[in-house]
Amino acid sequence: MATILAVENLRVHFFLDQGLVRAVDGVSFTLEEGKTLGIVGESGSGKSVIGQSILRIVPPPGQIVEGNILFQHQENGATTQIDLAQLDPWGKKARSIRGREIAMIFQEPMNSFSPVHTVGNQIIEALRLHQDVSAAEARNRGIEMLGRVGIPQPELRIDAYPYELSGGMRQRAMIAMALVCNPRILIADEPTTALDVTIQAQILELLRSLQEEFRMAILFISHNLGVIAEISHEVMVVYFGRVMERATVSEIFKAPLHPYTKALLESVPGIDTPVRTHLATIEGTLPDPHMYIRGCPFFGRCGECEGNTVCRDEPYELTWVAEDHYVACPRICVPM
Amino acid sequence: MTDSDVLLEVRNLKKHFPIRKGVLKKVVAHVKAVDGVSFSVRKGETLGLVGESGCGKTTVGRMIMGAYRPTEGSIWFSPPNGKPPLDLASIDPGDMRELRPHIQMIFQDPFASLNPRMTIREIIGEPLIVNKVARGEELDRRVHELVEMVGLQPQHMSRYPHAFSGGQRQRISIARAMSLYPALVVADEPTSALDVSVQAQIVNLALDIQDKLGLAYLFISHDLGLIRHFSNKIVVMYVGRVMEYAPAQNIFERPRHPYTEALMSNVPTTRPELIGRRIVLRGETADPINPPPGCPFHPRCLYAEEVCANVVPPLAELSPEHQAACHFSRELNLTGCDALGCAV
Amino acid sequence: MEESREAQKYLDASTRQLIWWRYKKHALAMIGLYLIVGLYVFSMFCEFLAPYSKDTRHFDMTYASPTKIRLFDDEGKLKRPFVREVKMDVDLKTQQIRYLEVAGTHYPIRLFVRGDSYEFWSLWEGNLHLFGVDAPGRLFLFGTDRMGRDLFSRCLYGSRISLSIGMFGVALSLLLGLVLGGVSGYVGGWVDSLIQRTIEVIRCFPSIPLWMGLAAAMPPHWHALKVYFMITIILSLVGWTDLARMVRGKLISLREEEFVLAARFAGAGHTRIIFRHLLPSFTSHIIVTVTLAIPHMVLAETALSFLGIGLRPPITSLGTLLKEAQNVTTIALYPWLLIPVAFVIATVLAFNFVGDGLRDAVDPYSR
Repeated sequence: MATILAVENLRVHFFLDQGLVRAVDGVSFTLEEGKTLGIVGESGSGKSVIGQSILRIVPPPGQIVEGNILFQHQENGATTQIDLAQLDPWGKKARSIRGREIAMIFQEPMNSFSPVHTVGNQIIEALRLHQDVSAAEARNRGIEMLGRVGIPQPELRIDAYPYELSGGMRQRAMIAMALVCNPRILIADEPTTALDVTIQAQILELLRSLQEEFRMAILFISHNLGVIAEISHEVMVVYFGRVMERATVSEIFKAPLHPYTKALLESVPGIDTPVRTHLATIEGTLPDPHMYIRGCPFFGRCGECEGNTVCRDEPYELTWVAEDHYVACPRICVPM
Repeated sequence: MTDSDVLLEVRNLKKHFPIRKGVLKKVVAHVKAVDGVSFSVRKGETLGLVGESGCGKTTVGRMIMGAYRPTEGSIWFSPPNGKPPLDLASIDPGDMRELRPHIQMIFQDPFASLNPRMTIREIIGEPLIVNKVARGEELDRRVHELVEMVGLQPQHMSRYPHAFSGGQRQRISIARAMSLYPALVVADEPTSALDVSVQAQIVNLALDIQDKLGLAYLFISHDLGLIRHFSNKIVVMYVGRVMEYAPAQNIFERPRHPYTEALMSNVPTTRPELIGRRIVLRGETADPINPPPGCPFHPRCLYAEEVCANVVPPLAELSPEHQAACHFSRELNLTGCDALGCAV
Repeated sequence: MEESREAQKYLDASTRQLIWWRYKKHALAMIGLYLIVGLYVFSMFCEFLAPYSKDTRHFDMTYASPTKIRLFDDEGKLKRPFVREVKMDVDLKTQQIRYLEVAGTHYPIRLFVRGDSYEFWSLWEGNLHLFGVDAPGRLFLFGTDRMGRDLFSRCLYGSRISLSIGMFGVALSLLLGLVLGGVSGYVGGWVDSLIQRTIEVIRCFPSIPLWMGLAAAMPPHWHALKVYFMITIILSLVGWTDLARMVRGKLISLREEEFVLAARFAGAGHTRIIFRHLLPSFTSHIIVTVTLAIPHMVLAETALSFLGIGLRPPITSLGTLLKEAQNVTTIALYPWLLIPVAFVIATVLAFNFVGDGLRDAVDPYSR
């Protein structure tokens, strides 16, 4: 299996008037060709910022302050490794990678389409920006792509405006636009959150089959554990800008180790929880985002550490516990 | 169960919103948001209303709250003081004002549903003041009690909503809804804007309050897992119509409508080994302006036959308390929540 | 969890405090605010702040250029600011009047001097001025006009009229806009249509000809004060439409807000919904619109008076002052007559800065 992207110790800080927010605080992972890495976390966990950093579209006042984003860049048949974290976000290089080699889809497709141009024109433009093709050929490729993402009558729909499409169709059109340049990495930030379950199932199915066809790597970001479970090969649980646990999908949902992962799984009314009983909750709230926590950010809400101050004070790292299973829990990884 | 246990009885409820066009505002079509819905809610129980966006579940809730007048049908509500039932669909505003304290609502969006310019004390106290239930010290005592009941700290009562997180705001919203000890609370997606861990807290709180005050919920949601956890009975809606109406256990064990089955199999599960059983529906949700003839679900249905495209299936009683609107409910053997990994 | 002091302060804050904190971060808006406060203080206390009354004529000093304020005497020693006596002189070659300083004269600028008497706000009589020089020295900071009146003093008096017209005009528009826009938005139906169509018709009139027509209809023998009020009314007749539209738009969007629905479901009546929920939610927006409307009024008044159809002497406004500077010769020879323009610009800019700052700050919950 080929690693396309390796993120090492990424730190993204937001320099706000009220203070420093460590949105992403030392995150490392790799993306493999043809595989999906799911990032799951609650709001404020920094999961979206991870995706934005790879594309270098972190909104100001956010800045990558540390870390490497090593990407296997392909150009004219040769593969070179470049560090995306060092690129000028507005530079030529970053722009040539954005959209061509790494594409992104969002929760609300309306925001990534311009309302005053047809869907087709935007797909054609995206294609011609990165590849030297004639207008007619670009149009044909656009129609083909729309057909491939399951839009009926693509030769007619290519001239539709975004508002003329339903939510599910818009999401398909956005996927078509993202994939038209045949990217090697697709970053999907909550792409199904605004959709109904039946449509969500269709989109997930579509992403899976497109992945088989194009062999691209997907970084799938979501708060929904079920969706993550269905689409991912590997799952990374993030909390407070840090990785709490990373493992294969079967491992993480069958044998989670981190107390946070466990609590998260228990708090969803699974279909086997007895009805009308209390659900397991995570007590308390997220820590103040301006705070710096040396130890485990889940300290205080964790049901297992019983106020053990090692958890609060000792710095610790994501530690190997079994094959393809890493956990960042001081109880497990700091010798006591 | 005697009839006197019925708190709310909705019969053949319809709401058609006109679509106007042109300078003269001529009515060119209708959105059939709700098109013939019937169900009843007993005292102290929870009825779950589940469906995808645009199925009319929110409109049903709003009509019960008196925000819209129904186009047709009736909403019989039995006031807890033993007076005869009143039809909310044709009630006059004066009578409605008297009923208000008994029917309250919890909203979806914890940010839009609280007035940012009022303190928590004022927000929770508002129903008590406008209904002249309490004032002065009595008001303070009641608000204090409510704040404690929903698990907030009373010393924060003079803060404004911006000081609270989404989950805490939803607690405030619940406290406001409970301030008059209503008999029925319409909860419209109360947790869908919240994180899962916070969602669990709110669900627990809602269950506790139901135990304590003995009220009934009309719980509106798109989340089947939550509906299953919460409800005694379930109404499944699709494009303004009831597809299936039955006790929760029956629906999940053995659904009798293909739409219910599909909906269940589409809930993302954390058990990846079950993915193979998914029923992926073709096409999109029907358009309520121009629903398909016959059964509105037939263009997407796996089991559809010719009759489905021509004849609207009536909501038929299959067994006591279990109703479904499908021509083939009796013949089909649909998979229940096994598909979801249900251990019932 | 423990809350830091700073966080505590934020959490306990009311909406108004949040708006103020956010507003304070906007540097231009703060400058604008200081300017406006300054201008209004000037115009409120102009009798005391101006060294002369607005109508005092210095016949021997017509079209005098701004007086030079000196800090060093003939020996080059630093002194407290003083002026020299100035004498009119005629340049025999060009036949132009010029003013020459009389060497050796020395009149220090003093604070709290007695001078022209005035009736302060028509309440007290007085003759105390913040600063001035002893006769025969004279202090014309901005020079004098064709009748030898001190332009600085006249500017202060002029801004009083111009600014107050802005205030009264907007107050009147506000009343009209709130009532008509409110009715339009809350009642809806044909009432709404009627009011909206009326607004559209009013807005179709080109405003300057409309004002000119209305102003020309005023009988010339009217008392200046009556003219002043009529002009205010004329200006606000057009000004209210913006406000009415804003109020209507806000009402319609707020009426559907969940917190308003919640109040309705709680059993609150119309009065309570309007006064407890709707109005407080858009007062800040009203303030923004009003702040941005005032400079329009000021400009409109200036334009009308400049054209000679607005206020008339003896009322002094920034517009009537500029009327003096209507021809090129005067401007070329006596450029200081254009100084009132600076007041107009300062006023308009200051209000616009404040309005912009407020607009950014009124929604303290957006990030």
